Amino acid sequence: MSTTTYETVIGLEIHVQLKTATKMFCGCELTFGEPPNTRVCPVCLALPGALPVGNAEAIHLGIMIGHALGCEIAPRMKFDRKQYFYPDSPKGYQISQFDEPLCAGGEIGGVRINRVHLEEDAAKTIHAGASGRIHGSEASVVDFNRGGTPLAEIVTEPDIHSAEQAGEFLRLLRTTLRVLGVSDVNMEEGSLRCDANISIRPAGTTELGTKTELKNMNSFRYIERGIRAEVARQTALLDAGERIVQETLHFDPRTERLTSMRSKEEAQDYRYFPEPDLVPVPVDAAMLDRARAAMPELPAARQARFEADLSLHPDTAKLLAWRSELGDWFEAALAASPDGVSPQTAGPLANWTTNELLTRLGGDVDPATSKVTPAAMAQLVALVTARTVTAGAGKEVLDTLIAEGGDPAQIVEAKGLGAVGGEDTLAPIVAEALAANPDIAERLRGGDMKPMGVIIGHVMKATKGRADGGEVTKLVRAQLGV
Amino acid sequence: MTNLTNLTDLTAKAAVDAIAAGDLDAAELFTAYREAAAAEDLNAYTWVADQTPDLSAAAALPLRGVPLAVKDLFCTQGVPSQAGSKILEGYRPPYDATVVAQLAAAGTSLLGKTNQDEFAMGSSNENSAYGPVKNPWDHTRVPGGSSGGSAAAVAAGLAPWALGTDTGGSIRQPAALCGIVGLKPTYGSVSRYGMIAFASSLDQAGPFARDVTDAALLYSHMHGRDPRDATSVGRPDADAIALPTGERLDGLRLGVPDDLTGEGVEPGVWTAFEAALETAKGLGATVERVALPHAGYGLNAYYVIAPAEASSNLARFDGVRYGARAEADDLITMYTKTRHDYMGTEVKRRILIGTYALSSGFYDAYYASAQKVRTLIARDFTTAFAGVDLIVTPTSPGVAFPLGAKTEDPLSMYLNDIFTIPISLAGIPALSLPCGLSEGLPVGLQLAGPAFSENRILEAAYALEQAFAFDNTPSAIGGAPS
Repeated sequence: MSTTTYETVIGLEIHVQLKTATKMFCGCELTFGEPPNTRVCPVCLALPGALPVGNAEAIHLGIMIGHALGCEIAPRMKFDRKQYFYPDSPKGYQISQFDEPLCAGGEIGGVRINRVHLEEDAAKTIHAGASGRIHGSEASVVDFNRGGTPLAEIVTEPDIHSAEQAGEFLRLLRTTLRVLGVSDVNMEEGSLRCDANISIRPAGTTELGTKTELKNMNSFRYIERGIRAEVARQTALLDAGERIVQETLHFDPRTERLTSMRSKEEAQDYRYFPEPDLVPVPVDAAMLDRARAAMPELPAARQARFEADLSLHPDTAKLLAWRSELGDWFEAALAASPDGVSPQTAGPLANWTTNELLTRLGGDVDPATSKVTPAAMAQLVALVTARTVTAGAGKEVLDTLIAEGGDPAQIVEAKGLGAVGGEDTLAPIVAEALAANPDIAERLRGGDMKPMGVIIGHVMKATKGRADGGEVTKLVRAQLGV
Repeated sequence: MTNLTNLTDLTAKAAVDAIAAGDLDAAELFTAYREAAAAEDLNAYTWVADQTPDLSAAAALPLRGVPLAVKDLFCTQGVPSQAGSKILEGYRPPYDATVVAQLAAAGTSLLGKTNQDEFAMGSSNENSAYGPVKNPWDHTRVPGGSSGGSAAAVAAGLAPWALGTDTGGSIRQPAALCGIVGLKPTYGSVSRYGMIAFASSLDQAGPFARDVTDAALLYSHMHGRDPRDATSVGRPDADAIALPTGERLDGLRLGVPDDLTGEGVEPGVWTAFEAALETAKGLGATVERVALPHAGYGLNAYYVIAPAEASSNLARFDGVRYGARAEADDLITMYTKTRHDYMGTEVKRRILIGTYALSSGFYDAYYASAQKVRTLIARDFTTAFAGVDLIVTPTSPGVAFPLGAKTEDPLSMYLNDIFTIPISLAGIPALSLPCGLSEGLPVGLQLAGPAFSENRILEAAYALEQAFAFDNTPSAIGGAPS
């Protein structure tokens, strides 16, 4: 049993492939899934004599990221060489930024940003053999198509204190980057990659514990699971009186096992020095203005707008705004609302979207991939609001929409789900229910309203759930004179 | 028919004019040089064209198909480009260096690739993996380096002109030791794309020629901004390199730096230098002392900066993608063995020095300090040029030295470049012009000017050239068999 309570401290390093037409330092087209080594040239193959030339569009996208994260933008774009020797780095060094990152400072989702810098991606190495890693592989092959892809590396301060917070932060960051249009942010394809620096310390203390680095996790779920596994491992070590060793770890999501990739003793000296092939370029007012003019509405602003203009509950507004695909789908539905755009239409529509629809689709599913169109959702919610169908029947219509798609009004018609209402239709059914339950009727007449549900239930059964509870109650009171 | 033995006596300009006038056939000229180059006994060439190309199209271009020898440091498409190193043995690049392509577009035809110190590291050409080059004036002596093959070929009539590269003196010093003209242009005025990098912030391509006019003519087709070289800026007065014509130096202020021309200069060299100054005065120039207080530290700064950049630039030679590869059972052993077996002693020495200088904990003491010294030296020149138009020094403290004389003592070898290195660090242009003989061997006069003052330098050099009337035909002395 643990005697000490620990606080988890996490900082993230996120690599984002930028969505430029060409590579960071050469004119090779950026594509995904092309045959290996077909998007290469003397520069990205590091042939003798080849020289890099900076991609202005990548710098533009980097400045946009800086604006979005509230960073200070450096007065000049300066590159450095980071020396390391590995088959995926044909020059023997990576062109990166060392002491003058393009963006510094900033904050998003309550997590402070340390820096954002630009660099080039490594080539892709594929290790043949059972392990899938270089050690013990029979052969390794290199695909230089990816080599030289522009990357923005975003480094946070150690402001994250749980796996869940890491996941939430990453979802917000991904949305922000997606909304910015700077990246495909697809973790499976590697356009968004995350390393986590993890340490724990006794709760209430301020000194940072020894950290380990969790590398190359390719989904948010794996990141959260990896962090949990590592925190558990560190906690067990400290509880057993052992020390944490600073090292880089690999998390295997299949086995939940953490294996050491290299320890600090093997840490490399990258011998950074200013890249002499690229003279520093001033970041001038025109570049800053161009990036600012290209800024779309960001998640935080969208959330604020949902709360102010549409009176959405903050939690609902946040959910919709922080998942841009959800927000886009919701806004499309709202625009299609037969009753117009107002807090009165937005509220129910938001609730139906975030509660009923998402629950049925599964939390992470983009509704745009379902058979429910935004317009159909808007019509359905309008039918419910107008009491043309009851909420219960509405949910049945939604099930049909998810399964088959289609038009809500036609589904109501075809399945006979229209609400049973109006005194002429409903009064006889209420009278019948009271007659069938004389004891209940007597108690109600005496002012004890508790068993009202029994009568409503009876009516619902008779109308197959298409009656409105409120209307039934009114009729009961009228018929009993209470 | 023209007498073939006389054809190679023509300067390049004379050949261009003769072809343009219809008095000379470009192919005939090429064949004469090709046969001379194929039969040469200086080891100046590492590759010679094995046939005369169809020059009918080139003969219509400005340079009329006149042959060009190219230092092996330049990439030439489909033609061996080995940079004097075993590690690039047999390497045939898939592309032409920008300068090579530019000159071909202007009408030169590729005659051969010239020998050099490995990766341009050396001052005697004895560091070539393909054997030392002999000085045409005395076959027991070195031609200088690193562009020794180009200098020897032009001096011996084996090429009308040639391309070289200069990092710390690699054009000027061999030009001086071989009695020809060599120009190191302003850093950034000529593209480095396709020039196999030694020290990126210093490397610059330039012409070797038998006279100042030819040097001006070749350079006039070399400069220009290259979109593939981010450090290239072209010339502010683009295309304004004029062929020099003036024969007087009236009003020209020459500066002799006290801080550079003291000890270590051979008496015969000093005598020739002082005579050259008298000649300049006779043409109307004034000569005064100038201060370059930090120039004395140039050699120290250079031997930190250049090796540091080299250690990074040469990391790409790993035996994987091109060049020679040592056989080994595993990857790391293959890398190690390839670099051990196929890189020469001087190259390895500089890689080690550079790696050390960039290492964590030593960076500030070495690389950062050297860069500060570099800035101070550049400022010294700026200050000096406020008072004088050109700075003059001997190009090299001594005449061509015997083969093997300095190979065991790197420091005495490095001292060869004591006058040329400060100018390289400042990035300014300088030209070496033969001004007389010492012990029967050529002495070079170095003229340096502010950035982009090539026209001023060429004009002054031309006037002095007329007055010196130096006979650049190597006289048979010492061990020269010709």
